Amino acid sequence: MNAFIQFLFNGISLGSVYAIIALGYTMVYGIAKMLNFAHGDVIMVGAYISFCATSYLGMPGWASVVLSVIVCTVLGVVIEGLAYRPLRDAGPLAVLITAIGVSYFLQNAAQLIWGATPKNFTSLVTFPVPGFLAQYKVSAVSIVTVIACLIIMVGLMWFTANTKMGKAMRACSEDKAAAQLMGVNVNKTISMTFAIGSGLAAIAGVLLCSYSPVLKPTTGAMPGIKAFTAAVFGGIGSIPGAFVGGILLGIIEAMAKAYISSNLANSIVFAVLIVVLLIKPAGLLGKYVPEKV
Amino acid sequence: MASKNTGAEPMLSVYNINVWYGAIHAIKNISFEVNEGEIVALIGANGAGKSTTLKTISGLLRSKTGSIKFRGKDIMHTPADKLVGEGLAQVPEGRRVFLEMSVEENLEMGAYTQPKSSIAPGLEDVYERFPRLKERRRQVAGTLSGGEQQMLAMGRALMSRPKLLMLDEPSMGLAPILIEQIFSIIEELHRAGTTVLLVEQNAQMALSIATRGYVMETGKITMTGTGQELLHNDDVRKAYLGG
Repeated sequence: MNAFIQFLFNGISLGSVYAIIALGYTMVYGIAKMLNFAHGDVIMVGAYISFCATSYLGMPGWASVVLSVIVCTVLGVVIEGLAYRPLRDAGPLAVLITAIGVSYFLQNAAQLIWGATPKNFTSLVTFPVPGFLAQYKVSAVSIVTVIACLIIMVGLMWFTANTKMGKAMRACSEDKAAAQLMGVNVNKTISMTFAIGSGLAAIAGVLLCSYSPVLKPTTGAMPGIKAFTAAVFGGIGSIPGAFVGGILLGIIEAMAKAYISSNLANSIVFAVLIVVLLIKPAGLLGKYVPEKV
Repeated sequence: MASKNTGAEPMLSVYNINVWYGAIHAIKNISFEVNEGEIVALIGANGAGKSTTLKTISGLLRSKTGSIKFRGKDIMHTPADKLVGEGLAQVPEGRRVFLEMSVEENLEMGAYTQPKSSIAPGLEDVYERFPRLKERRRQVAGTLSGGEQQMLAMGRALMSRPKLLMLDEPSMGLAPILIEQIFSIIEELHRAGTTVLLVEQNAQMALSIATRGYVMETGKITMTGTGQELLHNDDVRKAYLGG
């Protein structure tokens, strides 16, 4: 029983990282209606920035996170403006292929700048864990990750429900032309969405690498794909969906690793996704919307 | 710019515009104007280019030639999202309300370019005109009936306190009793000082409330006159009013 609870905590904290990444995916998909496959690589960039800031510049951990968020936010806006905006009226396939291109570009750029040799990321989160959690080997990173994830999800839900920009985002998500007629600048709104998603990616990058400390140019790829899976699992476009999807995915992965096989864990995760999509094509919390012609 | 007599200048003047959808020449050399205080009806069959004309005025489509002036200002190249602030609001074809947002949020979106302080009085005005919307203010717009959605789309446009209200097929898909209701609301708005540009397939209704009208056919304006003239014109009667 003790071990089970330990695996469960493990799954929840791993799932929280996925959830933070998935929230970025889902925000961008919800508003821009595109899958930003480069999202995972922004995570990697975020982790490298934080790594460099602490190791080379001697910045304190919290400051490196702030710097990383700023850099990734700018990076997200630049990627959107340079790579995706010119394709606003192009078909979804062109955008998808561009996103994959951006993903490879970021990975190769990172390899040029930081080299292919993995860096050893030292966890930025260290504090004594209270006894009742320590007995289940819960780490400080896990606690921070889960709390950060909850704050981010609630924050995003509040933001989209109550602020003017948030409402403009929902309007753009439904009908860009109608939103424009209301006076909403669609480009600015999409830019803002990328800024938020990429800022979140930076936080996810730091947490991910504090969790598993190997940092290399492809670090973001697999978590990116899994978080995308989590977003689809929960219902892409839905903020609580990304959260639920991320946590569930983390738990399934942790349990599969513990009780079935570490090697098969990823296959099991994707098998579960396939089954869920067969039963609920729009994901757990998504609404089925027929494609409009 | 030379000094001008604003009293004589039309509120909206469209001069010689040409619009293409890819290879299709949808709008051919169209010119018309709307004067302050008028209801101008643009009538014609399905596919004549009426909606395309409206979308070009509101900046969602672009003309390759000519000019479009609104209240003395050239708006040919103004982005669509900058026109609401200028006093030009459009109720799009098919209503296009935000179905997943509440009635009140839809109305708030209508006031997107307005100062925050204008939202509360704006809501009050709209709710007074459309009491049904007030009853359903917390409801998601997707649960409204077609007629209620049309009222919401109109209310949403009114939230920006437009000088010129452009309506695209407000009667579409509505029962006759609702159409009459919508048209009497348009007349009320007109009496309250809003200038209206109305695009309609329902020529009878549109011409009966219009100050002036233009008849469109395959991308061209083929006839113009006062609402009453067109309503009693033999060609118009044959083509659009069932003899």
